This record gives sequence, structure tokens and C-alpha cells, in this order.
Amino acid sequence: MTLDNIERILSIIAAVTYTASMAAYIFYLFKQKDEFQNYGFFLICVGAALHFLGVCLETIMMGTLPAYNLQQTLSIAALALSGTFIFLNQKFNLKILGLFASPLLVIIMSASIILPNTLPSQPLFLNDLGLRSISHFWLISHIVMIFTGEAALALACGAGILYLIQEKAIKEKKRGFFYKRLPSLALLDNTSYTSIITGFTMLTAGLITGLIYAKNVWGTFLSWDPKEIWSAVTWLIYAALLHGRLASGWRGRKSAIMTIIGFAVLLFTLFGVNLFIGGHHQSFTK
Amino acid sequence: MSEITLIGLNHKTAAVELREALAFTAEESANALKSLIGNSNNKIKEAMIFSTCNRMEILFISSDKSCRASQSICSTGSSNNTGSSDSSESTDNTGSSDNTQVVINFLSEYKKLPVIRFQDSLYIYNGNDAVRHIFRVASSLDSMIIGEPQILGQVKAAYRLAALNKSSGVVINRLMHKAFSIAKKVRRETGIGDNAVSISYAAIELANKIFNDLSERCVMLLGAGEMAELAVEHLISHGVKKIFVANRTFENGVLLAKKFNGIKAVYGSNRSCAIQEFEHSSDMVQDSDNNSRNNKDNFSKNREKDIVNAEAVRFEERERLLQEVDIIISSTGATEYVLTAAQVKKSMIFRKNRPLFLIDIAVPRDIDPKINKIDNAYLYDIDDLQNIVDDNMEERKKEALKGERLVDEAVIKFEKWLENLDVVPTIVAIKEKIEKIIESETEKTLNSLNLREEEQDAIKRMAQAITNKIMHDPIQFLKNSGNHRDDVFYLNAAREIFNINNMNGD
Repeated sequence: MTLDNIERILSIIAAVTYTASMAAYIFYLFKQKDEFQNYGFFLICVGAALHFLGVCLETIMMGTLPAYNLQQTLSIAALALSGTFIFLNQKFNLKILGLFASPLLVIIMSASIILPNTLPSQPLFLNDLGLRSISHFWLISHIVMIFTGEAALALACGAGILYLIQEKAIKEKKRGFFYKRLPSLALLDNTSYTSIITGFTMLTAGLITGLIYAKNVWGTFLSWDPKEIWSAVTWLIYAALLHGRLASGWRGRKSAIMTIIGFAVLLFTLFGVNLFIGGHHQSFTK
Repeated sequence: MSEITLIGLNHKTAAVELREALAFTAEESANALKSLIGNSNNKIKEAMIFSTCNRMEILFISSDKSCRASQSICSTGSSNNTGSSDSSESTDNTGSSDNTQVVINFLSEYKKLPVIRFQDSLYIYNGNDAVRHIFRVASSLDSMIIGEPQILGQVKAAYRLAALNKSSGVVINRLMHKAFSIAKKVRRETGIGDNAVSISYAAIELANKIFNDLSERCVMLLGAGEMAELAVEHLISHGVKKIFVANRTFENGVLLAKKFNGIKAVYGSNRSCAIQEFEHSSDMVQDSDNNSRNNKDNFSKNREKDIVNAEAVRFEERERLLQEVDIIISSTGATEYVLTAAQVKKSMIFRKNRPLFLIDIAVPRDIDPKINKIDNAYLYDIDDLQNIVDDNMEERKKEALKGERLVDEAVIKFEKWLENLDVVPTIVAIKEKIEKIIESETEKTLNSLNLREEEQDAIKRMAQAITNKIMHDPIQFLKNSGNHRDDVFYLNAAREIFNINNMNGD
């Protein structure tokens, strides 16, 4: 059995574990028994550990972080999501986000597994550049930080959606299925805010390392590539959101809607630009 | 044979005046229990008195020798009204009706109220019906507000009192412990205690869905009124940070603030029954297992931890305070709005859009309904809250059906236990009877014969062996009565065959 096979089996087991975790969270939603939530969280942890092992194996095989095609990218994104979720959950006790994180994980992982793992034709063109190990460091930092940031922002979006559901129930005085099951508005709002702060910080750091990497590789910080422009737009949206919150007290509904819009733009930057516009980072979506 | 009987009246059968007239305080219960049990004229083995605002019930176990179940044979088997027909006839209609009448008369004497005044309001349950009633009461299925958690604590207190006065015995002990466990089970497995069923608690529940931690929140009370004050008291028990009392008459506000500040001292004593009931209904499921005393302990602990901080302010200050407070409860007699949308909108800027929860309990309304359209402001008026309460009440009623099923199961189990309780005395009685017969017959025979010591012993041993051999199969049969379809029938048949029931009578 080759390392490659082991890696694939690990990803599949991880995906199955994530699915089980999703099931636990759905049970929690219906039954409102805390133990289901705990099972769900435990399963995500197990899945993340297996997943991490798989990614490590692939890193060893490739000699660099596996983020060169869509399959690998999705896998890294999922790992970043589970890692960020576990971190935020432990640190801020935002259990309810599992409701959003676990299905998202399942979707991303399933997509990653279904997609063929087509390694780039020129085996690791970056290895030539990677000779300068300093750029390699920037590249890996860039990838890790961007994906962690995006994962946190995805969670912020999830909290925003839950907030809007709960807010609507309270505002319109129609207490539906979710009213009893969702936590307080303040908790959801704080969750979203915490996630945005985390995500924005990582995103900023990721963009900076990306710029440094670009300078090292191409000799210029910015090449006005569509990806770069959209990244800037995304960053500005979140910057505006945070500014609005701190300066003029944008909270609640407005803030929740903004996080959802922000995440939509972010998704477009991540995938849409590659699919519809082009630019560098192309190997990403192949 | 033990016969369980329960007589009582509750909010469904009796008006409050009558319930008050027949209510027992703890000391009265203790005395009454002592005289009920101590009276050798009746055959009451065990008794318990349960008295709350909404009900007064006396549960007692009669050591009625003419067992009631025997009538089921008489009536279902055949009309064999022979021999003991008189004794069974007299107890036919209400089982241990003698004792029931004794207890009713006792109640009448003790409370100095003619029987005629309350007879029509009384319900009398026997056997399984009594067991079912006790289980339903403890599970809060029979409460005025279904699912209110206080009742279990009250039942426990009543039982404790009975136990202290040694008026509880093997049947009541078992019955009450089963009642406690079924009550907990009903609460655990059904949603009977979920969701607020009082206006004031519905408001608190909403506040908990808006704010994360009420202990960081400030409250403003506009005006006064029982319901509004109750809501504030609930908020205090949730440990809110500060309460501003704004009243048109400043002095009244000062008094009210003082009352809130001194709430710890007031709590639990001088309160009307109505308010207590109201609170019982509204207290949520969270500490269902605690009895009421524990609840009060918790309350006072909370109070000691978070010193209530209520302050009277002038009514005109309300607009300025809009910026500071998070929850506003309004209950003034004003005919125009005391808070307008413009005021709240303006304050939102200063509040940096921190959420504001407004509760308008007044009729006509105090707070401009347009305020609900403002972002991060949530306005509920009394109708909105009433709708929530009605919905939740419906919900509880649905859940109560599940509870009834659990109770039915428990009643069947208890019935089995009670029957088994009867098996042992039956076996002992049969054995005693046969031994007695054989002993006297052996004695007679031995006296007429002139036998040696060891010959006499041999005959005695033989007699003993015959007793044992004859008794073996019937005893086994009765001991395994759990395997038979109709245990009561066999048990009573055995008693009839050996004529045990009337043994003491002759």
C-alpha cells in the first residue's frame, strides 16, 4: 500500500467522521440533548486528527504543502475549517457553530474526495523556486493563514445566518422550529464578531505574506492580477465591517448581513475568480 | 389488607373560600395526623395530609380486614352473598366507607365546618384511582397550571411531615417514593415543564433569548403594577445588575425601589397565595428536582451574591436612561405613549446599537409599537406575551398526555407491588390456621391415647410434616402469583377458601 493510498483512505475516514459529527449535531438540533453536541464535537476532533495525518503524509510526499489543485485545496480548506472551529469552540465556547461547521465540512470533504487528484504536469514547478527556501516559507505561511482566516470567516457567516434566523423569530414574534434551539442573539452576535476578528487578522497576515512571496518570486508586490484585486475587495469589506462595528456600533442584523455578503465575495475570490476571470493561482481550481 | 383511600378537594371542585376554610398549616397537619392515627376507634393505619393553595387532600390507608378486593370476587364471580354477606355489603359502595366517613367527620370537626358545606366538593378515590391521583398530583398533571414544578416540593414536604409524625407506613412510604420518581420521570421525559406559562416569565424567557448574560444588564421600570413588579422580581432573581424605577410620583418610585432592595427580607414570607401560585407556575424547569425549600435557598443565595441595586429616578429621566438600560418594563396608566419611536431611535445612536428589549404590559399601551421596527430594538406588548403563554400552554397540554401514559404504567406497577404485599400475610394466615387446627386435633387425639413420650413425638412430627406437605403447593402457588393473569382473584379465592378474612371476627 502506497503512502498515497493511505492518505486517501485517511481522508475518506475523516470525511465519514465529519458526516457522523454532522448527524450528531442534527440530532442535537432536534433533541436538544447536550450529549449529542459533545459527541459531535468529539467526532470533529477525531476527523480533524485523521485528516491532519493525511495532509501531513501528502506534505511529506510532495515536499511542500499540498495545495496545487482543487482537490488538495478543498482538503486544506476543510482541515483549516475543522481546526479553526475546534480552536474557537475551545476558546470561546461557541458550540452552536458546529451546526454550521459540520455540514460545511462534509460538503467540502466530499467534493475533495470526489475530485480526481491530478497533480500538476510539471512536478512541482515551485520546487525550482522553492530552492530559495525563504520564499517557500512565505508561500506556506500564505496558504496556512489565508485558509485559516477563510475558515474563521466561514464560521462568522454561519453565526450570521443563525443570527438572522433567530432575530427574525424574535422580531416578528413567530417562534418557529429554531427559536427554542438557537442560543441568544447576543451570543450569536459575539460568536460572529469573534470569528470575524480572528478571520480578519489571519486574512490580513495571509495577504501580507502573499505580497512578500510575490515580491520574492516575481519581484513585485502587486501585479494587479484579478485575484489580487478581489482579495483587496474582500479585505476592504471586512475592514469596513469591523470599522462600522467599532466606530458606529454596527451590530446585529446589519453586521450579520455584512458577514454573509463578505463571505460570498470571499468565496468568489477563492474560486470564482479562477473559474470566470483567470490570473495567477490558476492551478488551484484544476 | 391495605386499602388506599384519598379524599380531597381542589381548585376544580371547590371555590377558594372553601379551600381556605379547609386548608391545613404544617402544625395543624401534624396534630390532625396524630389524632387520626392515634384514634383506636378507626382502622386507619397510615395517613398523610397534603394542603396547598389549590388543594387539600387526605390520603389514608385502612387496615380494613374485610378486604375490598374480595368484593370484586363477589361481584364478578357470582352473587355468592352467603355467610359474610353482611360485612361485605356494608363496605360495598365505597370500599372502606366507614373510614372514609370517619375521616370526613374528623375533617368537619377539626375545621369546624359542617359536612354539608363541603361534601359536594369532595372527591373520593379508592385503590388504583387514589394511586393514580397521587401520581398525577405529584407529576403536576392535576395542577391548575400544568407542569408547574413547585408541587413536587410541596408533596415532599407533606410526606416529610407525615413521616416525622410517624403516620406513614409501608404503603405510604412506597407510594410516595414512587410518586416522586414518576414525577421526575414525567418532567424528564416530557416537555411538561418547558416554556413559560406566565406573562412575566415569558418576558424573562425572551430576555434570555436576546441577551447572553442577564447579570450584566440594567432594567428600567416605568410605572408600577403587580405583573410588572413580578417581572422585575424575576429579573432580580436572575441577578440583573441594576434597576431604575421611574414613576410619575417620585415618592412611589422610592418606595418601590426600597421594596426591590429589601426583596430578600420580604421573600417567602408575607405573600399572598395568588402571587405564590403565579410564581410557581412561572418558575421554569431548571431546578425541577429541587424542592421548594431548596429553591428558596437558591434565591437567597443569589440575593446575597448580587446585592439588589434598585434606584428611583424621576419620570422625566427616562429618555436619558434609554441610553443606559437594556430592558424596559412599562406599566403606567398613561393614555399616550410614554416612549416614542423617535426617542428610541435617537438613543440607539448613543447606545451603539446595543440591543434594547421593551416590554409593554400596560393597557392602553405605553410604548409606541413602531419601535419594534427599529433595528436591535425588540418590543413585546401584553398581547404578544399572552400569545406566547397560550402557545406554551397548548404545548404543555400535549406533553401532559405523554405524562398520563407514564402515570398509568406506574399505577399498574404499584398495583402489582400492593398485591404482593398482600401475599405474605395471606400465606402466614393460612399457615397459622392450618397449624392451629392440626395442633388442636393432635392434642385431642394424644390426650385420648396413652402413648409413650417418643411415640407422642413421632405423631407430632408426622402432624407437622403433613402441615408442611399440604401447605407446600398452595404457598408456591401464591408466591408465584405474579405469573397468574388475575392475581387478586387467586389471592382472594385463597382467603375465601380458608375463610381468613373473617378469622379475627369470630
